[in-house]
Amino acid sequence: MAAVQDTVEQVRSIDVDQYKYGFETNIESEKAPKGLSEEVIRYISAKKDEPEWMLQWRLDAYSRWLTMQEPEWARVSYPPIDYQDLYYYSQPKKFKAPKSLDEVDPEILKTYEKLGIPLREQEILAGVEIPEGERPKIAVDAVFDSVSVATTFKEELKAAGVIFMPISEALREHPDLVKQYLGSVVPATDNYYATLNQAVFSDGSFVYIPPGVRCPMELSTYFRINEKNTGQFERTLIIADKGSYVSYLEGCTAPMRDENQLHAAVVELVALDDAEIKYSTVQNWYPGDAEGKGGIYNFVTKRGDCRGKNSKISWTQVETGSAITWKYPSCVLRGEGSSGEFYSIAISNGRQQVDSGTKMIHLGKNTTSRIISKGISAGKSNNTYRGLVSAHRKAAGARNFTNCDSLLIGDNCGAHTVPYIEAKNPTAQFEHEATTSKISEDMLFYCMQRGLSQEDAVALVVNGFVRDVLQQLPMEFAVEAQKLISISLEGSVG
Amino acid sequence: MAPLLEIKDLHAEIAGGRKIINGMNLTINPGEVHAIMGPNGAGKSTLSYVLSGKPGYEITGGEVLFRGVNLLELSPDERAAQGMFLCFQYPLEIPGVSNMAFLHTAVNSQRKKRGEVELTSPELVRKVRELGKTLGIDADMLKRPVNVGFSGGEKKRNETLQMMLLEPYLCVLDEADSGLDIDALKVVSNGVNALRSPERSMLVITHYQRLLDYIVPDVVHVFSAGRIVHSGGKELALELEATGYAQYQNEAA
Repeated sequence: MAAVQDTVEQVRSIDVDQYKYGFETNIESEKAPKGLSEEVIRYISAKKDEPEWMLQWRLDAYSRWLTMQEPEWARVSYPPIDYQDLYYYSQPKKFKAPKSLDEVDPEILKTYEKLGIPLREQEILAGVEIPEGERPKIAVDAVFDSVSVATTFKEELKAAGVIFMPISEALREHPDLVKQYLGSVVPATDNYYATLNQAVFSDGSFVYIPPGVRCPMELSTYFRINEKNTGQFERTLIIADKGSYVSYLEGCTAPMRDENQLHAAVVELVALDDAEIKYSTVQNWYPGDAEGKGGIYNFVTKRGDCRGKNSKISWTQVETGSAITWKYPSCVLRGEGSSGEFYSIAISNGRQQVDSGTKMIHLGKNTTSRIISKGISAGKSNNTYRGLVSAHRKAAGARNFTNCDSLLIGDNCGAHTVPYIEAKNPTAQFEHEATTSKISEDMLFYCMQRGLSQEDAVALVVNGFVRDVLQQLPMEFAVEAQKLISISLEGSVG
Repeated sequence: MAPLLEIKDLHAEIAGGRKIINGMNLTINPGEVHAIMGPNGAGKSTLSYVLSGKPGYEITGGEVLFRGVNLLELSPDERAAQGMFLCFQYPLEIPGVSNMAFLHTAVNSQRKKRGEVELTSPELVRKVRELGKTLGIDADMLKRPVNVGFSGGEKKRNETLQMMLLEPYLCVLDEADSGLDIDALKVVSNGVNALRSPERSMLVITHYQRLLDYIVPDVVHVFSAGRIVHSGGKELALELEATGYAQYQNEAA
């Protein structure tokens, strides 16, 4: 099995050089005192100039968090995290919310330029070749460590009635909206990391689409962790009012560092009657080196509430980064006839550990959900799909279709599938399909005999494997995701 | 005229295992069609894999020159770019990758390796459609994932399409007639015959004489126990059909 040998050798040789977003921006920062305490939470809240109720909301979460235990059920292992050895807030020094791009620190602008993120409104994502005139506009909110440094296309969106701004700004400008929805999908009691997030979250994006409005462009948030020993705790809240539509994308990267960094975000989506939210993630946090040193712990709670009738929430994720991924973007299908979708590509290489999946909670009548998950494991990584599909007693006519495919590259990686299915209503129909396969030497040889290099052959086979999911991404991101997939498997075989 | 392919005293075995090719010699000149016939288990398919560089085989002796280059030093894709094409007995399925996209990637990978200009999509599509027509391959079959759900005949026609498109110098056909009914056999043979030219050679590996009625060889070799034990003209194939391989197997032993 010479090619498998090669593959294994090549996977071994993968090192941090392949992570091309690993640079660090040299910028002075201002941090909260190290560690977690009521004082630190008051410090963050004061920095943000928050109303009293917000501070109380945080402190309430903090006191709950102190009584909670870190979850241990996921198939991941890591040394205990010392929560007192972290910085919970970091912002570029002399930072004040910029009014226009000209006011943004040039070092930060350069950072995003290097990352290929368009902060100038005429630009689009780097590496995507689309002829002038056909270029879709993409509004970007750029979050650098704990603060939002720039938000583009604000005026054009405002004209359409769309609110897209940092959540800290929304707290000042639209306090009632924020108060009404914040924490209504992921409550303070939800889980260890979400509760921590509620206590210390720093920034994130806020989106509100008014009734009947189809958001005129893609919205996106780009998260960058730069500062050492700093956790990123952002909170995103998206509300699609009746009959509205929005497509939203988030991207993430971080410098290469020897120590692990914590990212514990919360994303809440609310879809009212007949509204639709499409949420796509391209997650490429630093995964650590070949021996598993460094990398981001990505412990994220994402949940969408299909609150209205016939509402729809769709999660699409391409996960290639992070040392450890622990996330289960979920849908609560409350409204009658609402539907949830989860499309996922999770790639693990080196020593990455992924425990990810989704929850589809059917509460309303005639609710439908669809799960397509493609896991690809290479190197010495472990990749677990964990998913819950449940139908409440009143969820008559609930339907789910689940398809979980795993692809193994080499002999030292693992793929695991842990589905939970609960149906309390006899009319619920759940289907579950799962396959696990190994990338076949014969298939690679066939491609190579036709002229493809080994790397191209693997990329081709893998892209074929994930095609169903790639098709769900907005076109311009599909191109980016496809490249990312090739890069993250480089050397592993492809 | 320099030979296209020269196999000299080749020895090969399955990695860490049994010896399969055992002192084989063969010279193929440009434009010639050679048939290799032999009983099951003689190592005929192994020969095609060793020539195309499939992993899992170890060369323990001898050399192979292809267009003057030491073939055994090249990776499978480099051999392909040099003009070596293997028509698979059992073509592989590649889910999620459309036939057309696969052809496009294959053609341009080879052209790139040879330092030639890559084909644009419209150029390629036009060419593929023209060739497809002669093989009864329609637009639908080009859209479907490579070989997925194809019948035996469709798979072989698809192999022939790839061969016609890639325009190799040497076509190695491994049991090209297996799984084909007589009509499909004619379509495939017509495709192969259309490719015959003074520069291009064929190595036709087969059990049966039937295929050689359609692809008429210049030379027929009897392959037994890992080497060529007897060679003759095209009439040798008919003779073998009548007498079987037994006498040559004894000869080899």
